[in-house]
Amino acid sequence: MSSRDKILGQIRQNKPEALPLPTVTTFASDFENTEDKFREMLSAIYTEVIVVKNLKELAQKAGELYKGIVNRATTIPALSAWADFSLNVSDPHELETVEIAIVQAEFGVAENGAVWISDQYLPHRVLPFITQNLAFVIPRNALVDNMHEAYVRLQDTLGWGCFIAGPSKTADIEQSLVIGAHGARSMVIFLLEDE
Amino acid sequence: MSKTVIEHAEASEVFNRDEPYVNWHDETLWFVRQKRDKSSKQLPEWEQLREAASGIKNYVLSHLDELLISFEQKAKENGVQVHWASNAAEHNEIVLGLLKRHKIEKMVKSKSMLTEECHMNEFLTKNGIEVIDTDLGERIVQLRNEPPSHIVLPAIHLKKKDIGDLFHQHLGTDAGATDPQYLTEAARQHLRDKFLTRRAALTGVNFAIAETGGFVVSTNEGNADMGAHLADIHIACMGFEKIIPKQEHLGVFLRLLARSATGQPITTYSSHFKKPREGQEMHIVIVDNGRSTQLGRKDFRNSLKCIRCGACMNTCPVYRRSGGHSYHNAVAGPIGSILAPNLDMTKNADLPFASTLCGSCSNVCPVKIDIHDQLYKWRQVLAKEGHVPKSKEIGIRAMSTVLGAPRFYQWSGRLGRTVMRAMPFMVNNSLNPWYKQRDMPEPPKESFRDWYVRNRKN
Repeated sequence: MSSRDKILGQIRQNKPEALPLPTVTTFASDFENTEDKFREMLSAIYTEVIVVKNLKELAQKAGELYKGIVNRATTIPALSAWADFSLNVSDPHELETVEIAIVQAEFGVAENGAVWISDQYLPHRVLPFITQNLAFVIPRNALVDNMHEAYVRLQDTLGWGCFIAGPSKTADIEQSLVIGAHGARSMVIFLLEDE
Repeated sequence: MSKTVIEHAEASEVFNRDEPYVNWHDETLWFVRQKRDKSSKQLPEWEQLREAASGIKNYVLSHLDELLISFEQKAKENGVQVHWASNAAEHNEIVLGLLKRHKIEKMVKSKSMLTEECHMNEFLTKNGIEVIDTDLGERIVQLRNEPPSHIVLPAIHLKKKDIGDLFHQHLGTDAGATDPQYLTEAARQHLRDKFLTRRAALTGVNFAIAETGGFVVSTNEGNADMGAHLADIHIACMGFEKIIPKQEHLGVFLRLLARSATGQPITTYSSHFKKPREGQEMHIVIVDNGRSTQLGRKDFRNSLKCIRCGACMNTCPVYRRSGGHSYHNAVAGPIGSILAPNLDMTKNADLPFASTLCGSCSNVCPVKIDIHDQLYKWRQVLAKEGHVPKSKEIGIRAMSTVLGAPRFYQWSGRLGRTVMRAMPFMVNNSLNPWYKQRDMPEPPKESFRDWYVRNRKN
């Protein structure tokens, strides 16, 4: 007998009597102001939130914020003049020298400051992790209150997708918080007013 | 493990020799527990969330076969290869086989308690494979040649000086340097090189979704993603109880997991894998290793609801004052103590006794496992099956004689109080286990019964 059949057989023999799924598994958060909550959560995890009116202002802010940094990559066509690093590479290892990546993402979650990013917005899955610094651009109105709402929005998580909340961190040395473990050392979120 | 097992009580005694160290360990974990409290109180629906999570997991346990079959089918449709392993040895062989097929001799690994349970690193190393643990805490304990002492905080038993010395020796950091920022940066550089040069990455699985065939891996450091997205082959290993029915249920579990573990509202990265990227191979190994047996133990099957947050460890007065290694099991603390006897009753008979049965573990458990009840029930099973040491058995028998005879109980209580008052050295000595690491209390003048009898007359 294969291990598969053996395991499934033993489970069938030993599992308890069928119990139904609970009826209530989602909850509303009802924050007074969703964007305020989103900002509050992000400031607690060392992430700056910047509102920009349009793509022109985004380009201007990006220029100011990351002045003097080389190896700038982006997935946003309006920032192509700002970028000096092409993401048009076949091997993701070539991204190892990216210093800053400004990436379009889909939406944010107010209760924890997480932003959803997926294959749909990325030429390489490793980009938000391998870059030294990371910035997301999301529409200002693309915020949900909590994770239950997030999964209503996310009917399909595609081939790969990730909630990212703030820069990479660790507290594995005596519980001292250190920002910049393996992933991005800094994180900025641009809220774009009109598209 | 080839090392002989030192029983929990004995190992705790060693751990308790350095009092300031134990106090520090105790306070550090209590601090994490407090963060969990603060975070959970931000959500008015917290208790309902726990109830929902517990209910979903009850459904899972009673539909495991169907859910696993659905998961397998969907995963295959997504282009993922699915493997099944009855036990640790099969799991290890499957991983080795995949690496050999690709002629890979070096692999990066993110946190996976399952591979600890299977002692996979030891097995692969013996077979010529180099495995690098990439979670900072896990890398630290790996360099020290010891297992993690906590499932979420693997190096929680170490002081920064220990880590400074270790990194000086292995990573060439400055002698005497203990700044966490500096040490973490050194590890970042050291591990970045590994990520960039390894062709295989192994990750654990936090949740596997039956409905979609996808799985979620949560980290704060980003190491699971760095490994998986750069490697040619991604192997994800899961105990079969990691399955959940629907994607929307992630809403419940991801809200509970990090808040219970560290007090964060969510981990930095909650990575949803479903299909391999172009040109990549993705494998899932579904492991039993005693879980289907545990499923058949009516009193203990609920332990399979565990989502590995570690909250029960952080809150446990025994864990905090004895350290993770004293449990000699991949999963330590209260939850480990109800999982381990299922794997090996003889070897782990001491663990259900490593508890005061205070119940704090059950109170913080995000999926409402009746941990302390199970600890108590395991004691009954172990005693019945002859796994309890003679000394403990004699003690329990003497206790039951005293407690079963009210007159004798009253007399012995009076005797005890008199002895403690008149001849304190009779109890304040090393023969009395209650005297270890603490002073005996002032004996009361009379028992509650005496007080009650005297006062009721008035």
